[in-house]
Amino acid sequence: MSNESSPTATVPAPVNLPLNKKALTADHPTWCPGCGDFAILNVYYRVLEKLQIPHENIVTFAGIGCSSRMPYFVNSHGGHYIHGRALPFAAAISLGRPDVKVFAFGGDGDGFSIGGNHLTHAARKNTNMTYVIMDNSVYGLTKKQTSPTSPVGFKSKTDPTGALDRPINPMRILLNSGATFVARSHAAQIAHMTDMLERAARHNGFAVVEILSECVEFFEGAFDGAVPRKGGKFETIELKKNDGTPEDALRHDPTDEVAAFKLAGLDWPGKFGVFYQHQRPTKNELEAGLVARAREKTKNASDLALMQGTFAKMR
Amino acid sequence: MVSPNSPVTGEASPATPPAPVSHTLLPDVVIRLAGNSQDGIQSIGGFLARLAGRSEQEVMTFMTIPSTISGGPSIFQVRMGSGEILSAGDQADFLVAFYQHSYDAHINSLRAGGVLIYDSDHVTPNPDDKRFTHVGLAITSATIEAAGGTSKDKGKNIFVLGLIARIFDLNLDKLRKLIQERIGGKGDDAARAALMAFDAGYAHPVENLLGHLYRLTQGGPQQQDRPTVTTDGNTALTYGLLAAGVRYGAAYPITPWSSIMEVLRTELTRYGGLFIQAEDEIAAISHALGFAYGGHLAVTGSSGPGLSLKMEALGWAGMAELPLIVINVQRGGPSTGMPTNVEQSDLLQAIYGSHGDNPRVVLSPKNVEDCFYIALEAGRIALEYRTPVIILSDQAIATRIEAFEEPDLAKHMVTVKPDLTPRPADFKPYPFDGISRHAPPGTKMLSGKYPTVTGLEHDELGHPTGSPVLHAKMNAKRREKIKKLAASLPAPELYGDPEGDTLVVGWGCTYGPIREAVMRLRSGDAPMKLAHLHLRHLSPLPPGLAETFRRYRHIAVAEINDEGIYGYGQLAMLLRAACANPAIRSICKTDGLTYKIGEIIAGIKKISAGS
Ligand SMILES: Cc1ncc(C[n+]2csc(CCOP(=O)(O)OP(=O)(O)O)c2C)c(N)n1
Ligand code: SF4
Ligand SMILES: [Mg+2]
Repeated sequence: MSNESSPTATVPAPVNLPLNKKALTADHPTWCPGCGDFAILNVYYRVLEKLQIPHENIVTFAGIGCSSRMPYFVNSHGGHYIHGRALPFAAAISLGRPDVKVFAFGGDGDGFSIGGNHLTHAARKNTNMTYVIMDNSVYGLTKKQTSPTSPVGFKSKTDPTGALDRPINPMRILLNSGATFVARSHAAQIAHMTDMLERAARHNGFAVVEILSECVEFFEGAFDGAVPRKGGKFETIELKKNDGTPEDALRHDPTDEVAAFKLAGLDWPGKFGVFYQHQRPTKNELEAGLVARAREKTKNASDLALMQGTFAKMR
Repeated sequence: MVSPNSPVTGEASPATPPAPVSHTLLPDVVIRLAGNSQDGIQSIGGFLARLAGRSEQEVMTFMTIPSTISGGPSIFQVRMGSGEILSAGDQADFLVAFYQHSYDAHINSLRAGGVLIYDSDHVTPNPDDKRFTHVGLAITSATIEAAGGTSKDKGKNIFVLGLIARIFDLNLDKLRKLIQERIGGKGDDAARAALMAFDAGYAHPVENLLGHLYRLTQGGPQQQDRPTVTTDGNTALTYGLLAAGVRYGAAYPITPWSSIMEVLRTELTRYGGLFIQAEDEIAAISHALGFAYGGHLAVTGSSGPGLSLKMEALGWAGMAELPLIVINVQRGGPSTGMPTNVEQSDLLQAIYGSHGDNPRVVLSPKNVEDCFYIALEAGRIALEYRTPVIILSDQAIATRIEAFEEPDLAKHMVTVKPDLTPRPADFKPYPFDGISRHAPPGTKMLSGKYPTVTGLEHDELGHPTGSPVLHAKMNAKRREKIKKLAASLPAPELYGDPEGDTLVVGWGCTYGPIREAVMRLRSGDAPMKLAHLHLRHLSPLPPGLAETFRRYRHIAVAEINDEGIYGYGQLAMLLRAACANPAIRSICKTDGLTYKIGEIIAGIKKISAGS
């Protein structure tokens, strides 16, 4: 929407100097040793290295939480906003500056609790940006209170005898809200996370990856059920190849919303991968269309001429 | 004005211009139209206001709209005249009552000796009330007859406009042209029907009932270079924002703020910008801050309750140091309160709301014209000092119509573009020795180090810090920039005696009534030594107030809010704290209406008598 003509953010233009991990590294992370968030940070570096977006055009924004510390550890333009509200902030960066590529990070409390309504509306509006939810099923920064994804029975400082309230189902919420790229991954699975985040970043529209990221301090072993080396199952979603083979009939079509809902309804730990991907006009495109039509009607009049026309009508 | 003793009912007669009759000259006149909102009361008021604007006459209006969806009782009061019109008038000279309830509710707003014009199809006035000239006309049936059956009584308002045109010998050509312009858009038939109703009203020989007609004295030659425009405060504010360079914004609807966002949503697309309707006020200010971070000048706005929701994010904006314009069109509170009434009770929320030490800028327009200029000033301050600037307008200024000189647009228009020039290697996002100027995304950093904008306490480079020393230093940095702005502010407008008995201080929509009250008390048989000081800058306050205050025995601060637990209105409390002057006293009220001149006069007299 800015008046400068600029390339859209989803097709990164190659630059001369390759952007490497060293250039992308900022402050040393302050997370507890063993925190799942380290792996997500490393995957973010790796995806940025793959995308090779001009360094100055990368924006990393976050809300509040352990996970939301991310922007300090990434050497890019960015910021640390207030609890739960990073999405509307980041969406406006994308809408006001279509020449930059916007990533937002946050925790499960940030995204599903205090910011829950913003998540619904960001998804519905399909603003072009990438959102990573670092889900540890607990409030880490504030030291172990129940989160909206904590399982029933989880003993926290606010539920010492075990959580009573049914946890939300992140995939269902995202599908319901109209997000156009919905994926799920696990911080112990580097290759899978990298694939998911890269696909999300290349998606034109509102793309979300929920990553299970263990809080070793306050919810140790929360996701062991999805860690094979700890006796769990990490089952990935095989995507359709449209090769006509009988195996392919069993693979998941990510544009099939009903199938995506079915996957989202599996018992925990469920499956990991792309649940849903669909192209529909982004808010960026729709708003740009409004502007283009309005500008055409004005015959590209200058701001001054437009204003003078308005005041002439007030005489 | 003559005051016949008994009500008379006129009869419709063919269209004839008034036969030569005597015209009583009036310097100004207050007409109150009382009916239901669906009768188009507002539009006759609008026509009259615009006509006055085009006739080199001053004009001020006042209106109420019902807060219910389906319409309901509504009034529009217009005061027109040749002198300086500062308020909508305490009492009406003419009352037009469309219904019995209009008559019942408003007859006492008519001054003794005034003229009551009523629709005899609906209203039966008290025959024993001899205070007024009663003029009964079958307005409803005459309109139906004139406009021809199908449209029912739609057009009553235009019929009355014709009647008023005859009574005041208004310029017919200009009025007919206005009707064409305003109603022509709805189709030729609509315009034709309206003109028929207008002619029928104009043809009524109302002078037979009144005994004579009136004419407003002509104003002197105009002392202005540009034409007069006529509009309401919300519109003036909207275009002030556009002129200030605002191209991006977001908000959530709430009365009486909504009309600004409705216009911006469409207007901004014409200017290549964007306005988002957000899911709530928190998202709205977050969007606006995202635009600001992107390098744009952005706006968000609301009314009282919505401003409360924005408070946490406002605190972030102060800490992170981003420019932003926030509009609050005040209404009666707390909570949903009196959503379509005026109040000035959000001052302290605007200055001190949010958490932590968070100095910010709060401005308030004194009238409709000033809405345009205050928006320009807000934009300039926000960009120069990298701070949120709150504009406190109010329901009265937002909805009333005034005529004023068209702004010199070529001179005032500002262009704001993200500054993407590469930043030098020694760039610091939060320097101690200067105002923070962020590098928007897309800016190359020659140091190779990219900045983080943050709400955590930080060092000069934006790194989080828990250092008590740095927190104190950064608090001082944020405070000092606002003090620097304070030192640069012009002295506030002072009218009247440079020293004396009482200085009346006001802000926002109290401007007109205070000025008229002070003018009246300074003239007459026993003139008082008074002055009026009006504050447009409420935070920070302009320099020199304490010295100015010392030149008067009493300082009377008039505002539309409650006297509070300690007996002082919100501005009075602030001024007492800032100036430590015990002579500062309050004139307060919370009846949901703008001040009447008489109310201010009574308040001044009480305070100057030392009671
Ligand atoms: C308005 C507001 N309310 C509460 C807090 C306190 N708070 C900070 S982070 C947080 C929850 C963090 O949980 P989550 O979002 O899951 O992030 P995590 O630390 O687990 O990564 C809370 C309650 C706050 N900073 N702001
Ligand atoms: S508290 Fe938990 S989430 Fe926070 S850094 Fe430590 S391990 Fe990670
Ligand atoms: Mg969490």
